[in-house]
Amino acid sequence: MTYIVAENLVKLYQNGHGPVTAISDINFEIEAGEFVAIMGESGAGKSTLLSIMGAMNAPTSGSLRVDDIDIYSLGQDQRADFRREFLGFVFQSFHLIPYLTVEENVMLPLTTVKKPGRIKKAMAEKALTSVGLQGKNQRLPNQISGGEKERVAIARAIVNQPRILLADEPTGNLDSKTTREIMELLQRLNSEDMTIIMVTHSHECAGYTRRILAVNDGRLVESG
Amino acid sequence: MTLKEIALKNLVRRKSKAAFILAGLVIGVMTMVAVISLVEAMTSDINEKLEKYGANILVVPKTENLPLTYGGISLGGVSFEMEEIRQADLARVGSIKNASNVAAMGPIVLGVIQVNTHKALLAGVDFKASKILKPWWQVTGTLPGEDGVLLGGEAAQVMKLKAGDSVEIKNHPFTVSGVLKSTGSQDDQMVFTRLSTAQSLLGKQGRVSMAEVAALCKDCPINEMVRQISEVLPGAKVMAIQQVVKGRMETLAHFRKFSFGVSGIVLLIGSLVVLVTMMGSIKERTDEIGIFRAIGFRKSHVMRIVFIEAGVVSGLAGLLGYLGGIGAAKIAIRFFFDSQTVSVPLDFKLAGSAFVLALTVGLVSSVYPALMAARLDPNEALRAL
Repeated sequence: MTYIVAENLVKLYQNGHGPVTAISDINFEIEAGEFVAIMGESGAGKSTLLSIMGAMNAPTSGSLRVDDIDIYSLGQDQRADFRREFLGFVFQSFHLIPYLTVEENVMLPLTTVKKPGRIKKAMAEKALTSVGLQGKNQRLPNQISGGEKERVAIARAIVNQPRILLADEPTGNLDSKTTREIMELLQRLNSEDMTIIMVTHSHECAGYTRRILAVNDGRLVESG
Repeated sequence: MTLKEIALKNLVRRKSKAAFILAGLVIGVMTMVAVISLVEAMTSDINEKLEKYGANILVVPKTENLPLTYGGISLGGVSFEMEEIRQADLARVGSIKNASNVAAMGPIVLGVIQVNTHKALLAGVDFKASKILKPWWQVTGTLPGEDGVLLGGEAAQVMKLKAGDSVEIKNHPFTVSGVLKSTGSQDDQMVFTRLSTAQSLLGKQGRVSMAEVAALCKDCPINEMVRQISEVLPGAKVMAIQQVVKGRMETLAHFRKFSFGVSGIVLLIGSLVVLVTMMGSIKERTDEIGIFRAIGFRKSHVMRIVFIEAGVVSGLAGLLGYLGGIGAAKIAIRFFFDSQTVSVPLDFKLAGSAFVLALTVGLVSSVYPALMAARLDPNEALRAL
């Protein structure tokens, strides 16, 4: 079932010398439950594409539909609600909140959800168990390793059981052993029907996905 | 995890920034509370002193004549050719609604006498009432009895008389029982004796030229008392010594305005401290806010976090500012007042006002930083990392 549809996506940025094209005329479809890698050189437009898919960066023209919702026809608050309900984000540098414990970081996307505290705690516990981090709930981010931070970031991204997980270079700061563990974890989440879209430079990481969207100079040059 | 917990944990984490905001607001509220407490204490002290200050209402016969003056204070139309007030009528003052506010009433009969070669003004007064009406009198010697006179300082000097000397007035022998130390008023040039003695000497039995009234008007409007006395003495003109009342009010009003001005400036500085510190804090937390927005926090959620932080610090500042202000006022009072009776009581109304004011200043100063935080584009915020 086609779940994400991008049509003629264009994004222009303004700099001192005029408009700069970040992405141009991008069209693709992603099925529900796919694991897709977006690859390309630095500055090719991968992160711009991911942020557009993340409902955080309105395209200059074109449209993006997820589950038949035209994302950029929504207001800002509705887009925030969409992000909370449909999307999970894994950022390049973990971006954990340093003064919150592991458990509190994982519970963060549930903060604005109207559910009893014990249910939120149970959801966080389930997410932490899912990424193999049970028992480290009360530690602060500076008390755990880089690999564990990445797992916490993934647990935070999946705690509200989103339908889509967006990951921006999730293994960029990890050693090869931890990279393998994280990719296997993402593969397992994908096998549980979660659609995953991952930006990566690494061919090794792309090897874990089912499809690659190659971006070059702001254009989609390969999809398969 | 709630927005409140996020806000509180952030405050704990950024202790120095929170302390800076707290200090800015505490100083502002403390200044305001200290100044208001001092003004209130001073008002109370001045009122108390004014109650002991002497006459503040004059009762004179009604007249069409131009007023005479008494030491620079208007005495109304006192004139020796006109009718006087009947002494018995003055008793009606005891029946006015605010009679309990009348501390003393002193009838005075005035007349010209010859002492040796000098003409002088004789005033027959009630010396018991004079203790309240003229508390500044200092007598060398004693107050006069039936056949005694009290001389003003200047009168004694001109007449070359001193306490214990004998003097003849209208063929009656009198003893100078005492001499007034200089008062700087017309009292210095006068001769005083008992009211009944003067009435007898001047042939004005049962009549008085005027009466002075000391009203305890801390909590009663003096004009209202004037109205009440006028009603019971329709043949007399009753007037407040406006100089005293207005002078007191104006001094206090000026001091109050100045104090509130200073407090306002300090509070403004406090609010600027909050504004600048909160803006700095928001800039420091760009990444954090970007993450909040990316994972689905609405703008209003981000604003609520900022307002909770500001509210907690401001509320605490209100409480500490009130306690600090009261403490500062208590210390300051030792320097401003020599009276042991002046005190700064705990005022729950002021405490409530300080709390609400601190909260308002803190929250209003946080509106712009909160909007700034809410307007952060999550994509820009995360891209900037």
